Amino acid sequence: MIVSFINAVIGYFTVLIYGSTGELLTEKSGNLNLGTPGIMCVGGSFSVLCGYFLRDMAAKGTIRLNAFTAIFLTLLATLIGSLLVTLIYAFLTISLKANQNVTGLAVTTFGTGLSNFIGAWVNSKAESGIMAFPEIADYYKVTLPFANKLGFFGDAFLASGFMTYLSLVIVFVLAFVIRKTRTGLNLRSVGENPATADSAGINVTKYRYLATCIGGMISGLGGLYFLMQYSDGGWNKNAILPFGWLSVAIVIFVVWKPVLGIIGSATFGALYALSNSITTIPPLTQQLFKLFPYIVTVLVLTISSMRKKRELQPPESLGLPYFREER
Amino acid sequence: MSSNIAIELRNITKRFGSIIANNNVSLSVSKGEILSILGENGSGKTTLMNMISGIYYPDEGSILINGEEVVISSPKDAFKYKIGMIHQHFKLVDVFSATENIVLGNEDKSLANIKTAEAKVTEISSLYGFDIDPKKKVYNMSVSEKQTVEIIKVLYRGADILILDEPTAVLTPQETEKLFSVLRRMRDQGKSIIIITHKLHEVLSLSDKVAVLRKGEYVGTVETVGTNESELTEMMVGKKITLNIERSAVENPVKRLEVKHISCKNREGVQVLNDISFDAYGGEILGIAGIAGSGQRELLESIAGLQHLTEGEILYNNPKTNQQDNLRDKTPLQIRDLGVRLSFVPEDRLGMGLVGNMDIIDNMMLRSYSKGKSLFLERTGPKNLAAKIINDLQVVTPDATTPVRQLSGGNVQKVLVGREISSSPKVLMAAYPVRGLDINSSYLIYNLLNQQKENGTAVIFVGEDLDVLIELCDRILVIGSGSITGVVDARTTTKEEIGLLMTKSKAAGEGV
Repeated sequence: MIVSFINAVIGYFTVLIYGSTGELLTEKSGNLNLGTPGIMCVGGSFSVLCGYFLRDMAAKGTIRLNAFTAIFLTLLATLIGSLLVTLIYAFLTISLKANQNVTGLAVTTFGTGLSNFIGAWVNSKAESGIMAFPEIADYYKVTLPFANKLGFFGDAFLASGFMTYLSLVIVFVLAFVIRKTRTGLNLRSVGENPATADSAGINVTKYRYLATCIGGMISGLGGLYFLMQYSDGGWNKNAILPFGWLSVAIVIFVVWKPVLGIIGSATFGALYALSNSITTIPPLTQQLFKLFPYIVTVLVLTISSMRKKRELQPPESLGLPYFREER
Repeated sequence: MSSNIAIELRNITKRFGSIIANNNVSLSVSKGEILSILGENGSGKTTLMNMISGIYYPDEGSILINGEEVVISSPKDAFKYKIGMIHQHFKLVDVFSATENIVLGNEDKSLANIKTAEAKVTEISSLYGFDIDPKKKVYNMSVSEKQTVEIIKVLYRGADILILDEPTAVLTPQETEKLFSVLRRMRDQGKSIIIITHKLHEVLSLSDKVAVLRKGEYVGTVETVGTNESELTEMMVGKKITLNIERSAVENPVKRLEVKHISCKNREGVQVLNDISFDAYGGEILGIAGIAGSGQRELLESIAGLQHLTEGEILYNNPKTNQQDNLRDKTPLQIRDLGVRLSFVPEDRLGMGLVGNMDIIDNMMLRSYSKGKSLFLERTGPKNLAAKIINDLQVVTPDATTPVRQLSGGNVQKVLVGREISSSPKVLMAAYPVRGLDINSSYLIYNLLNQQKENGTAVIFVGEDLDVLIELCDRILVIGSGSITGVVDARTTTKEEIGLLMTKSKAAGEGV
């Protein structure tokens, strides 16, 4: 019971940490990407699409399915899928300076539709109407070799595949880059005050594009992980979307600090697991649990706004397009 | 001899469309010298400096650095030639420390080693006598500290020629003195400094040479030692031009507004109005002259109830009740209902008073919607008013339902002024109502203001052009740095007199 609960928490944590870390990187550059839920969906659906072709080719013998091809190609497909959708958002908001909120919501709507279409197309190829790719998903579920020798600790905490550990690596690398490198300093200045960054010779457009695109790709991995972990690599309609919205909320919850994102994603993952894995509680209470993450977000936002501590505020130009002053 | 000249401009001309911002300007600065560039608003000082710092490119003429002709086409080029500009509006990231701001964008390939950078900042600070904590966050800094960061930023990049755009506008007298001593020390170390200003006493106390610009024309350069305030003022404001604005005599002036010792601070906590007292009379046009940003806006907003006063009161002699109302206790809406109207034309015109995406009729309704009693909008009144304004003021527009944003600047202003006048106010405040208007439209506005005056309205007119102020107004109140530096009779005063009063800040005034 406890073991399965902890497993569930870590599973949800992994989805959320990808989603929120990607969104956090994007927001650091001053772009509020509400398209993240849609991007996660599309990222996931591209892995399903890739899985379909992989199986097809493996059956024909044109490719050998092994750990490398299975993981590398599905990962690549997810990255490409999420990048393509993110580029729509980036082009509209950065190059055309469209309203970020409107664009983001449109991208989420579009991404949801596109991913459902891709998923439905793949499913339509199966006679049963549901297509899963356990032979690929199993590669994602391979645990550390010593995990099952550690008793309870191993069963509970080390039961997940490499994606969970990769997410932690990404978080720490990102935190280091943002805090300690010149690139990070430049990126933060672009999110805080693009006019200042511009006058200091920093290419605002380039930084925003890079942060948004890399952020979108990281988020997309969350969608991939969810499908591999929970539906054997097959499409699961509308299951990723709530994680996308939670990811956006987590960024606020952790006041734009990447390492805190680990705590945020774990907290939200636990709350989500409470509502999903304990099936003995009445449905109404379940819904209440699902509400918790959002209540916590509102509280954090209220407290951080009231304290007015500058380090806890969002990047100053978050959500604002940058127009170079022209006279 | 020529090797000692750090930067030289030869016959620089810059046009924006048909407007000539700089015409045939030539000047030079030697190493270890401070040059002041003096001129009124719109005389082209900042444009000129922007050409040196690579923001604009001159249409004609050449720039020489250390005797060699150079092309400065971007701020990056300016850095290359060791030119650093300190803008009036600071370009700093609030949540960064001083050092982080200073190293930002430096093309140094190593990891941002903040410790080394901090040491270098400290070194620069002690060399020139700055007082700054390299770890302090910008949002915790005073205006003067932020300016220090800006200056160190350009020094850190190795600038030898520093350009400061009105550096003292935001500083207290003490901070100004501190800045000047730093600048003098930099001069003594061989840096060339160009400082843009319109404060005469600063020019005289700081610089070695003064270059004067007037309406884009280069008037000349004089040695500070051999000049005085009145010579500089004359160079700055020029000879009087006659405009032939009709001015009727003041008849039966009635004391309408008594402003008593008001002071207020802006959001940054800087004192913007300092103990201002005056009376405004019905049937008179009271002009307000001053360098831009001396507190004109805040003064008008105080009367309109949009500014929080720290001290003083504003008494309004209400003609309906024959009683005195203290405007300080009233909301902007109540003040408007008393008949005090503000028509403010800010830099972007649409920012205050009109909504660009709404049409003329809807903009009329912004002032009257609260009077409607029915559930639905009542459009007849505003529609008639819009038609009347379009007709009376010859507003050029396809029809009254055209979004205001699509009108030309002059027509937008006519709509704005027309609306405020339409309610037959008792006090009409107009700030820069002719800014950007052509001659004919300007005269139309002058006539409107004169009509209001003849109707017994107390008109307060904030203007930029001294010739207009002198011919249109009855009395002129001159403010400098938030204080009244003088009140003159427009019929007898001279441009030089007003010019001198404008450039006098209170600190200097006490010395004179």
